[in-house]
Amino acid sequence: MMNQILIAGFGGQGVLFAGKFLANKGLIEDKQVSWLPSYGPEMRGGTANCSVIIGDEPVGSPIVNEPNTLVAMNLPSLKKYENSVVPGGLILVDSSLIAAKVERNDVRVCYVPATELAKNAGFATLANMILMGKLLKESDDMSFDDTEDALKKVIPARKMNLLDVNLQALKTGYDYNA
Amino acid sequence: MSEKVLMKGNEAIAEAAILAGCRHYFGYPITPQTEIAAYMAKKMPKIGGCFLQAESEIAAINMVYGVAGAGKRVMTSSSSPGISLKSEGLSYLAGSDLPALVVNVQRGGPGLGGIQPSQSDYFQATKGGGHGDYKMIVLAPSSVQEMASLTVKGFDLADKYRMTAMILADGTTGQMMEPVNLSEVEVQHYDKPWAVTGTKMQREHNIINSLFLEPEELEKYNFARFERYKEVEENEVMVEEYLMDDAEICVVAFGIAARVSKNAINEARKKGIKVGLIRPITLWPFPKKTLLAAADKVKQFISVELNMGQMVEDIELATKCKKPVTLCNRTGGMIPSPQQVLAAIEEADKGGQA
Amino acid sequence: MVVFEKPKSLCDVPLHYCPGCTHGIIHRLVAEAIDELGIEGRTIGVAPVGCAVMAYNYFNCDMVEAAHGRAPAVATGIKRADPENIVFSYQGDGDLASIGTAETVHAATRNENITVIFVNNAIYGMTGGQMAPTTLPGQITQTSPYGRDVKHCGYPVKISEMLSQLEGPEYIERVAVNNVKNIRAAKKAIKKAFQNQVEGKGFSLIEVISSCPTNWGLSPEKALQWLEENMIPYYPLGVYKDRTAQKEAESK
Repeated sequence: MMNQILIAGFGGQGVLFAGKFLANKGLIEDKQVSWLPSYGPEMRGGTANCSVIIGDEPVGSPIVNEPNTLVAMNLPSLKKYENSVVPGGLILVDSSLIAAKVERNDVRVCYVPATELAKNAGFATLANMILMGKLLKESDDMSFDDTEDALKKVIPARKMNLLDVNLQALKTGYDYNA
Repeated sequence: MSEKVLMKGNEAIAEAAILAGCRHYFGYPITPQTEIAAYMAKKMPKIGGCFLQAESEIAAINMVYGVAGAGKRVMTSSSSPGISLKSEGLSYLAGSDLPALVVNVQRGGPGLGGIQPSQSDYFQATKGGGHGDYKMIVLAPSSVQEMASLTVKGFDLADKYRMTAMILADGTTGQMMEPVNLSEVEVQHYDKPWAVTGTKMQREHNIINSLFLEPEELEKYNFARFERYKEVEENEVMVEEYLMDDAEICVVAFGIAARVSKNAINEARKKGIKVGLIRPITLWPFPKKTLLAAADKVKQFISVELNMGQMVEDIELATKCKKPVTLCNRTGGMIPSPQQVLAAIEEADKGGQA
Repeated sequence: MVVFEKPKSLCDVPLHYCPGCTHGIIHRLVAEAIDELGIEGRTIGVAPVGCAVMAYNYFNCDMVEAAHGRAPAVATGIKRADPENIVFSYQGDGDLASIGTAETVHAATRNENITVIFVNNAIYGMTGGQMAPTTLPGQITQTSPYGRDVKHCGYPVKISEMLSQLEGPEYIERVAVNNVKNIRAAKKAIKKAFQNQVEGKGFSLIEVISSCPTNWGLSPEKALQWLEENMIPYYPLGVYKDRTAQKEAESK
């Protein structure tokens, strides 16, 4: 099983960070993983996306063209990638920022008001991790175990004080039921 | 580092270089390889090494020339337009028989081009780039692990044959993260009695030089250099063969193109198409023998590249044009999709030439 | 008793320079400085592209031949590889002030702990007498056959003046080798430039106003006269920067 995940949003929403968390989570679970960011000037304030592949087979191309999981953190990303998701795949939508609904009916969709949940919980910038929590919940082959270890790999040492809120955000997403 | 860690390809190059004993890095910022410089800037001062941001690519490669002349392991890194600027220095390194490691994390060209991944410096890397008769050892990693292992290998080969080794990577492999194990780095050591380290008043003075005004003398040096190149061609070819045992169609691809191709080949195999992959890991020396042997078994070669087909003619030469070679490519920073490669394979399977 | 001999830091080989060329004198001054400081065994020289291209055959220390203009970058590499070694570059005006301007300026501004000997004879000698960055206004060369027209191709580059404006370098002096007095002053400056490096003070550049009888089309003697009458007024001799002296003066 190869989980091909595409996370997309604006620069600054923590798209790349969320992807790194997932990749490290996969590595701890002894899976084959890759992480590939979009790069260049667009990262600085424009759109950002990253491809994460987690699975049991060696990763071929690290580029996710046909995701089985799409995490859309803004409307342009949903519009751009909605149709690339494989039939039966999963789309996670930050419904606080995206009013539109997914038009396809051959995919699973989770609407998570991640930005609002994050604001209410007092960690406004962690909508990304709320979505990651939900992704772990919805994933068939990933668990919530070792989440803290994975976070420790991606949070820089000087920001380790943010470990707890990141965990809370993940938990919030994991426990959220639409 | 005994366990696997997630690292960007560019960072893996930098860390592997340090493990290989490189303590001198000179460079100039350019996307998409700047992580190498940033990593070196952070690390070198802490381990007694030297990171210096040069005023230009030209200065950087000449600083490399200086350290190489002094007999120490040294590297620079850049991306396509920067490598053009360094080409003068590459020629001088070759002419003076100095070992160095140069990294090209390619982006689209020509000119300023773009910043997205590319393989369009294949000719520049494998045919020389600078002026004069010379070669570089060209290593083409297709994973982050190989970014590390080929960097170490590159330093060793450079020292062994007194020539420049180039890591010819692309923006994707530079930017992506994958698990890397850096615990098994074994480094070779080579004596460098020719280096300019000061005579200590104990030997004749050493001269690092590429100027020979007597044509007979220059020819002698060129002949000797190409004798060494012959040894490299005989001993140092690296190539991966994937599902080639019964293959009737052979995809040839390196770097990121090889990874995309593997996806396509796996899909094609599910459909019963007998297709395999030959992945040159050394682009120079080119795996001629492997390709020639394959030419007797397969009916067609498909070269998958992120350029306008620069490797095609090397495949045709290696296989002595025994079988047709078609091109499946994208350029300008675009990457062929597995579907595109699969379509090319299916076309070849039908007997057409795609 | 030997009262005059070849410096040990010069190889015992014939030099290829034209009759009357002052490169020979400057080579000697450099070699004497190295001998007197006792640093021959740890000195590495970098030769340029230009008339002095084969300097690697003349100096008895380890030598490296650089690409045109890149000597300061190459010297930077050698010095950084082993900071205990003494590294000098020996460059002409085309090499240092035209094609290698960037390398010169940036080695200076980094205060790279190297010694640069800059030989300015206002012409490209090796290629047969073309206009140099330091060719004087109105001066006739192969590529300024009607005299250097400053409206068309700009003014000469004054390297010592330029570099002395930078915060970085330790020592900049312009000297000449047209007579015994000036040669003695040049020797003193060159030795100081090496001494500075030994003491770790940083970048020292000595600009040596030099003659080119062959390409100026003058006899050696007339060339020295032309140098004195035309070059020295345009390129005044003297110390342009001496940080240590400046600091000492300020602390008094």
